[in-house]
Amino acid sequence: MRSLLPVLTVLAVIVGIWYLAVAPMNVRVALDQAERAGEVVVPEGSVPRREVSVWRLMADNSEHVRLGYALERPRLPTPAQVGQELWKTTGEMVAKGRPWSKRGLIYHGWITLQSTLWGFALGTLLGIVGAVAIVYSRTAQLSLMPWAIISQTIPIVALAPMIIVLSSQVGIEGRGVPKAIISAYLCFFPVLVGMVKGLRAPDTSQLDLLRTYNASGLQSFLRLRLPASVPYLFTSLKVGIAAALVGTIVGELPTGAISGLGARILIGDQFGTPLAIWSALFAAAVLAGALVTLLDVIQRVTLKRMGMAT
Amino acid sequence: MSLDGPVREKAPVIQADALDLTFQTNDGPVHALKGVSLDISKGDFVSFIGPSGCGKTTFLRCMADLEQPTGGTITVNGTTPEEARKARAYGYVFQAAGLYPWRTIGRNISLPLEIMGYSKADIAERVARTLELVELSGFEKKFPWQLSGGMQQRASIARALAFDADILLMDEPFGALDEIVRDHLNEQLLQLWARTEKTIAFVTHSIPEAVYLSTKIVVMSPRPGRITDVIESSLPRERPLDIRETPEFLDIAHRVRDGLRAGHAYD
Ligand SMILES: Nc1ncnc2c1ncn2[C@@H]1O[C@H](COP(=O)(O)OP(=O)(O)OP(=O)(O)O)[C@@H](O)[C@H]1O
Ligand SMILES: [Mg+2]
Repeated sequence: MRSLLPVLTVLAVIVGIWYLAVAPMNVRVALDQAERAGEVVVPEGSVPRREVSVWRLMADNSEHVRLGYALERPRLPTPAQVGQELWKTTGEMVAKGRPWSKRGLIYHGWITLQSTLWGFALGTLLGIVGAVAIVYSRTAQLSLMPWAIISQTIPIVALAPMIIVLSSQVGIEGRGVPKAIISAYLCFFPVLVGMVKGLRAPDTSQLDLLRTYNASGLQSFLRLRLPASVPYLFTSLKVGIAAALVGTIVGELPTGAISGLGARILIGDQFGTPLAIWSALFAAAVLAGALVTLLDVIQRVTLKRMGMAT
Repeated sequence: MSLDGPVREKAPVIQADALDLTFQTNDGPVHALKGVSLDISKGDFVSFIGPSGCGKTTFLRCMADLEQPTGGTITVNGTTPEEARKARAYGYVFQAAGLYPWRTIGRNISLPLEIMGYSKADIAERVARTLELVELSGFEKKFPWQLSGGMQQRASIARALAFDADILLMDEPFGALDEIVRDHLNEQLLQLWARTEKTIAFVTHSIPEAVYLSTKIVVMSPRPGRITDVIESSLPRERPLDIRETPEFLDIAHRVRDGLRAGHAYD
């Protein structure tokens, strides 16, 4: 609980800066609106106003600045507006008895969550299998590791459309599979790196001990390397699931996707509704936070039961 | 064992002959062992003593097939160290306790038993017995970090005793313990040795410990690591702690000290 105060302080600072930023970000739109309503605005006309800095505009039209906090289509919505929009697209939908409406974020969040979990499962599996191969085979280490690193230097936004096109070429319908692949592509790397480190964590004396027992390779894997890697595994799983979520959203961005949080961001952009973008963004953040927290709880419980709680 | 020829009274358990081990390091070769020859008979309690870096650990690791000599020969139970290791002929107690942190004390002790395929009932019985031996009964369910360093070291000894190896290789097992605990464990170790007739190779830095425990004291010196003296103890096998005040004991201790000095004067 002691950690709550600093967290809340930082949050308060962020919200404060956000509120302050709304005024300059929205002042042009606000003045356009005021002018249309017949108010006096200096200078007149939105084209001449483009030549004037937002600070000047705010100074000269200070009585209209507050309009920027209640715009229909703000450049930068206020936290309260985002909160309202989030509520409208989730809680209110539930209250109306239509939680799965395609206009609500629960439906889109669920679509994104599904792909994320599939990608996470696939990526984790690949990462662990790859790590075992690398730790046990020098050939695998020399051949796999460089490719794993190179794979992460390719921008995923460039790769995602290709994966989507390719998968539809081979006759896979819908976005589910390519999205999971993109998600796994981002997720496997942290798991691979963490597990290589974890499986190599046992020191020589711990390995020597098993050698004196003439333990088989499988026995030393199950009884030493695997348990020793558990703390590393959880750390990389937490990074991995966040990466999987990013991968899924990137997979939902290329045109054609109609469902998922990524698609909501794209549609919000195309239709000029920043509120939709922001609420989808926050929904994604909440989702990521929930997934990481869940893994954190599982980690604590597991390590405590293993006697390795820190 | 051959059918002809009489069975010898005291079969050699470990035989090293002109053993060499040179580590190739970035700073050039390190002669950890040079021309080391030694016979250890069945039921011997052999202590290795000498300054840091004289190759005590390396010698023990050669016996355990954890290190490959670069010259000379070594046999364990008449076979190569590798065969002996595969036959699980020895228990090894490392310089550091090295318990697995995710296993309770009981499960740490059962580790070798699980690997060697003992039955569940047998494992439970042996864990309880060895825990009692090192006076850790009641700590079976505790994790290593919940125990003091000395208790952890006792648990690691219990782990080496849990299966029936006739040879016990111990690398400074009591090095980190206080004097009183050490005396107590020394006494217990002697009783165990007398009861089980194990052959024990024991590394220590303490002269009284070496003299108190051993039937044979091997004095080593560094650069290159070699044996400078082998002292056969004339003390009886039955040794109460106060034997350490007797002139006989002090006499042997003196010889060991002289041997160590001679090794130091060499370089
Ligand atoms: N794996 C290794 N690679 C290179 N040199 C080594 C290695 N192991 C030991 N040595 C060197 O061999 C020599 C003997 O080391 P060893 O550990 O056997 O000494 P020791 O008598 O056990 O010393 P201590 O009393 O400090 O434990 C030392 O000079 C050491 O630096
Ligand atoms: Mg040593």
